[in-house]
Amino acid sequence: MSAVDSKPIDMTQSKKRGVPEGLWLKCPGCSASVYKKEVAQRLNVCPKCEYHFYVSAHDRIAQVLDDGTFEPMNEQLRSTDPLEFADRRKYAERLVGEQKRTGLTDAVVTGTGMVRARRIAFAVTDSAFIMGSMGSVVGERLTRLVEFATEHELPLIIISASGGGARMHEGILSLMQMAKVTAALARYDESGGFFTSVLTNPTMGGVAASFASLGDLVFAEPKALIGFAGPRTIKATIGIELPEDFQTSEFLLEHGYIDRIVTRKNLKTEIARAIDYCGK
Amino acid sequence: MSAGPGLEFENEIAQLESKIASLERQTDRTDEIDKEVRDLRRQLIDTLREVYGSLDAWQTVQVSRHKNRPYTRDYLNLAFDEFVELYGDKHFGDDRAMLSGFAKLDRFKVMVLGHQKGRTFKERAACHFGCAHPEGYRKAMVKMRLAEKYHLPLICFIDTPGAYPGIGAEERGQAQVIAESMFMMSRLKTPVICVVIGEGGSGGALGIGLGDRVAMLQHSYYSVISPEGCAGILWKSHEFASKAAAALRFTSSDLTRLGVVDDVIEEPLGGAHRDHHQMASRLKSYLSRTLADLESRPIEALVDARYEKFRRIGVFLDEAQMVDSPSQD
Repeated sequence: MSAVDSKPIDMTQSKKRGVPEGLWLKCPGCSASVYKKEVAQRLNVCPKCEYHFYVSAHDRIAQVLDDGTFEPMNEQLRSTDPLEFADRRKYAERLVGEQKRTGLTDAVVTGTGMVRARRIAFAVTDSAFIMGSMGSVVGERLTRLVEFATEHELPLIIISASGGGARMHEGILSLMQMAKVTAALARYDESGGFFTSVLTNPTMGGVAASFASLGDLVFAEPKALIGFAGPRTIKATIGIELPEDFQTSEFLLEHGYIDRIVTRKNLKTEIARAIDYCGK
Repeated sequence: MSAGPGLEFENEIAQLESKIASLERQTDRTDEIDKEVRDLRRQLIDTLREVYGSLDAWQTVQVSRHKNRPYTRDYLNLAFDEFVELYGDKHFGDDRAMLSGFAKLDRFKVMVLGHQKGRTFKERAACHFGCAHPEGYRKAMVKMRLAEKYHLPLICFIDTPGAYPGIGAEERGQAQVIAESMFMMSRLKTPVICVVIGEGGSGGALGIGLGDRVAMLQHSYYSVISPEGCAGILWKSHEFASKAAAALRFTSSDLTRLGVVDDVIEEPLGGAHRDHHQMASRLKSYLSRTLADLESRPIEALVDARYEKFRRIGVFLDEAQMVDSPSQD
């Protein structure tokens, strides 16, 4: 299920490419050197080619929700390394490292907030935390959020960024989170709940193959990598070159799986407008 | 039944089996030969007990992939009284990697879905080695709806390395259909039994995996990712597949401990590939018993219990329950 081979392109990659840290960024979309401050001012979007850079969960909250309205839920949940998993590094250590590096407790932040004064249940996954992958904590937080939205009849918005899909380090428990969140969404749907799923770069594997694909509306940011199997896995299986726009937002729109491609600067407005059509 | 060309850890078993076979072929059997056969048989049973009593995770994977292991179609032939195959997803095509149809088992009329790997090379190519495309999951959903409409219990046999990774599969919404299939199964108003009969490969398996009961054959595995895939990503080489297999904790006993499977169906000594008939008979009695149990319950209660069953899965620390909760409303 994991599609970790499709690495999210984030700002830290600029280091590897020898671009001076701090002032300039090399845009993965157009290869131009762009002024970091200008990119930040434009919600982390390239001024030259509109490439959408990585956005942390907390920045996303600031971009989408009304100032100061976000109230987090279930932050106290922590992964416990149930398999005592170790590859070249122990999962328990990896978790601590990721927590320190990102300031997050796991790969999803959930809670409630307002979008232009409309109250919503809200979640955002952060691709910087173990590839934004879903283990027990991500699954549980999302399920509790969906159940909360069902009970309180709130519109639900989930913004996905996950290159990892279901998290390998928690084995089958991660796979089963796909079933758990999906089942909660099915009940939410039966109760008439309105779910908007926003796909951002990257949304792959078990995240794409569960909640992220189940929105009443599915939005995607431009040029995001979205799909089931990782491009490298596909290439290795079929042994031919992949089409240039393969597994991009535009590719998915063309094949009928996305309702709208929405630029970052319009996302808040578009969400609010959708709720006006469909929310309770 | 001989297991045929086998697995490395079965070398000693294979030698014994071939010795017995060659002795039994002799036309002029003496008492001495008979005695030798008896002794060898005893030795064979002891060896099988020893080897199969302590399969490690990687050996389990090899058994689950054994080319003589019974597939969905074998069980349809051996465990069911009738199978009326139904084809097609009414949308794009018919996926040979996903079998479906009406079937009779004892007094029960059911709908069966199952991955099919194919026995001959030709079949395997047609079935993509059990890797379903989106049309496979759409086909499954069409048959699920039919089963629900006419109150036929649904039986799903899971046996796939994973959903097919390819250009067409992505173009036709592989991620979407797996999500939709789970979504549908989670609320399906008919009893659902899922049995992992060989490989439970990731999302491709889970796509037909949301049941009121989830069972596994003893030597099957059910995993978030193939051991090779995991090794490739985390160890940077497929050569570490056996290490990854152990780390992923995906054998039937692991999954019982983790609360993911409800029942494990014991395999004949030496694995299902040694005795298709006995395996099919055990599977049949499990299904018959479980169908009787599920059918006796009101459907609303069943669907609620199905939700709760998956709702409970996951291991995490909820500190709020352990410390004095800070003043929150």
